[in-house]
Amino acid sequence: MNFFSKLMQLDRRWVYLLLVIVCLSAYYADFTVPTIVENETKAIYDFIEALEPGEIIFVAVDYDPSSQAELHPMTYALVEHAFRKDLKVIFTALSQNGPGMVDQALRDLTDSLKLPKTYNGIFYEGKEIVNGVDYTFLGYKPYYAIVITAMGQDYRILFPSDYYGTPLDSIPMMKRVHNYDDISLLVDISSGSITDAWISYGQGKFDFPLALGLTGVMTAQYYPFLQSKQIMGLMGGLLGAAQYEHLADNPGLAKDGMRVQLPAHLLIILFIIIGNVGYLVTRYRERKI
Amino acid sequence: MEFTTFLWTTFAAFLTLAVFSFLYKDNPMYKFAEHLFVGVSAGYFVIILWHGALVPNLFKKLADGDWYLLWLNASEWWYFVPFILGVMMFARFFKKSSWISRWPLAMYIGISTGLAIPLEMANRVNRQLWAMMEPINWSSFWGERYLDIGSGYSELLIFVGTIAALVYFFFSKAHTGAFGAVAKFGIWTLMLGFGASFGFTVMARISLFINRIQFLDINWGQAAFDASGTANENYHAGFQALFWAVWLIFLVYAVFEFKKYLNSKDKPSQPESTQA
Amino acid sequence: MKRQLPLILVFVFGTLMVIQYFVPHENSETVKGFLLDWIVIIGIFALALGLWSLVQVSVAKINSRKENWEYPLVTLASLVMMMFFGFTAITEGASLWSYFLAITVFLIALWMFLQGFMGQAANRNMKLLSGLGLLIVFSLLAIFDSSWEFKFYTAEGLTNQMFVHFFDYIMIPLQATMFALLAFFITSASYRAFRARNLLATLLLIAALIVMLRFTPGPWGEYLAKTSAWVMNVPNLAAQRAIVIGIGLGIVATALKVILGIERGYMGKG
Repeated sequence: MNFFSKLMQLDRRWVYLLLVIVCLSAYYADFTVPTIVENETKAIYDFIEALEPGEIIFVAVDYDPSSQAELHPMTYALVEHAFRKDLKVIFTALSQNGPGMVDQALRDLTDSLKLPKTYNGIFYEGKEIVNGVDYTFLGYKPYYAIVITAMGQDYRILFPSDYYGTPLDSIPMMKRVHNYDDISLLVDISSGSITDAWISYGQGKFDFPLALGLTGVMTAQYYPFLQSKQIMGLMGGLLGAAQYEHLADNPGLAKDGMRVQLPAHLLIILFIIIGNVGYLVTRYRERKI
Repeated sequence: MEFTTFLWTTFAAFLTLAVFSFLYKDNPMYKFAEHLFVGVSAGYFVIILWHGALVPNLFKKLADGDWYLLWLNASEWWYFVPFILGVMMFARFFKKSSWISRWPLAMYIGISTGLAIPLEMANRVNRQLWAMMEPINWSSFWGERYLDIGSGYSELLIFVGTIAALVYFFFSKAHTGAFGAVAKFGIWTLMLGFGASFGFTVMARISLFINRIQFLDINWGQAAFDASGTANENYHAGFQALFWAVWLIFLVYAVFEFKKYLNSKDKPSQPESTQA
Repeated sequence: MKRQLPLILVFVFGTLMVIQYFVPHENSETVKGFLLDWIVIIGIFALALGLWSLVQVSVAKINSRKENWEYPLVTLASLVMMMFFGFTAITEGASLWSYFLAITVFLIALWMFLQGFMGQAANRNMKLLSGLGLLIVFSLLAIFDSSWEFKFYTAEGLTNQMFVHFFDYIMIPLQATMFALLAFFITSASYRAFRARNLLATLLLIAALIVMLRFTPGPWGEYLAKTSAWVMNVPNLAAQRAIVIGIGLGIVATALKVILGIERGYMGKG
């Protein structure tokens, strides 16, 4: 057995071990990668930056813990930005395990907003965000396409009360809020086909500004909607989250994680090259025989 | 950090490592984690559906009725209808009566497809076609920058690429001659698209692993060793002991597996199958 | 009746929704609101079917006593625990010991019942009786223990600390890590599967390389970032647009077939 055919039959566990070593050493090494901000992310940041205090944005948290790696940093950076700008936020979670994700994000954000901080040279006092005044969490309902359509008429049709069981009419910030006409922006942070429903059943029918935060796997599929102006911005994967963190001057897990991406990608590229060289060599030899 | 919180974090770290141990091979710890996940997530879903949908959307609507009148005297008595239709779904459990469950199902399918037709047509097909038909920027055809997205040639490429890719999807006509040439350009475009998708997918998958490293280091490791910056007034030696105990479990398992491996090497085993 | 009525229902409701889209009216909007609300309620019952099959499969596995039959016990126990946490509220400041005692008693009672009803053991009646006894103990605990209580009708269970902890420290790490395994699988696949066999595969790999290296430091990185932005916004956009249009037409065609009763797969057999 020659070297290359041996290489081709290498146990996959060695490949796994190499990935672990590369990622761990990159994680503990001290270096940075540049964050080049793209227009599709900047559009979302600029839109939120231009909103007046008191305006309402709608954040649809449509992902499960499986995608939290990429999407939680987006939610954290974007919602913190919104709260620091004194915007009000309505949350929904139309994904099966989404409510727990919102619940966790809200607990963490309540803590971090208590601290005074300076972002992009502007000082923000720490503040207490209050359920019902600064935000409302509507919760989960199954069959997202129908839920999205019904919310265009009135949130109360399917959400007579919020996640914690408080009737919507007795929530201060929801008193005059009925449907998508009362929000300034809808951000869908999603890991699945719910995004398609937000585009077709939500934005397409009720015409509100829609921004997307997507997992890397989905990102490429939504560029057509960006050019047709059905969505106004797009954050793709950990890279998009890192860009938002960079814009909001609030570095977190995404920016830290992008460092590790680079060596991992180089390793994968190396594997592709080795695999191809091995493939070509074995093919060449087989032809000789 | 409270010790109980750390206890929970340690359990989470144990589960994380247990799932990763599957990469070596299937083992009891992974099986435990897997079955635990199925149970907890099913229970979670039940609770979310109950408190999040069933109670507010149905039970509270019928709450002012009386059960012995089947809630028909409730002020919003018409919610009795979806209740009955929903219960009809359970007819699936019995072979003889399973056809009853088709009625509510038919209602659901009718409404959701009726909702879909105009909206999908308008937003996936029409608006995409509209965007494709925008006039091309001939005044600055070569653009102002390196690979300018707003330049005329980019816009032309989008138009031609989309048409060509659509031609490729059209299988009713053989891909030969001029039609075949256009289809070929279409598949090139599609491959570039799939490549971009693949590049993003690699990034996405790696970031899932990075997140777990971050969890194990920041939430667990740093808390166990009271790293600087996370002042922990409750800190005591128990934190570190727990941390090492978890690693010990996996170490013991690794030694066990290694011994098994050595034993299998000593014994003259059956010839390995030649299939790769 | 068995097959015709569902077809008619699909046609009527489907057509109504289409007409409603083109001719919106205040009254029809109200009706639509009700229909959507109802559909979600009906759907919840459909989802309950899934839970039943999970329980059935687990019990069957336990009953068979084949290899690894113990693991479904973990599934069932965690299912019961999660539901118990979601349906109970803990009094603030109360010690959790009696709460844990109650759920333990309840779980053992269920285990006794499971053995009594399903098992082939000789002392079935003993098992059933002890199960019943434990259930009575549990009920007494539920009634007289003031540190926790059942809340079926209000949503306190959602903020029950055990419920939240089970999500945060069990569901999140497990689901996140199971998907993190994909990082390893894609690495292994990149080693074995991605071959530049022909021009098309090479094109795919080149586009992938550009996108993967877009955040490299240095002047090279800047060019790669610009190139990758162009790839995403021009060739990728064209390709994805063709796919979006194709899928859109597919959805509409299938939906029309369903409404007109040509496609009847949803009805199953019989």
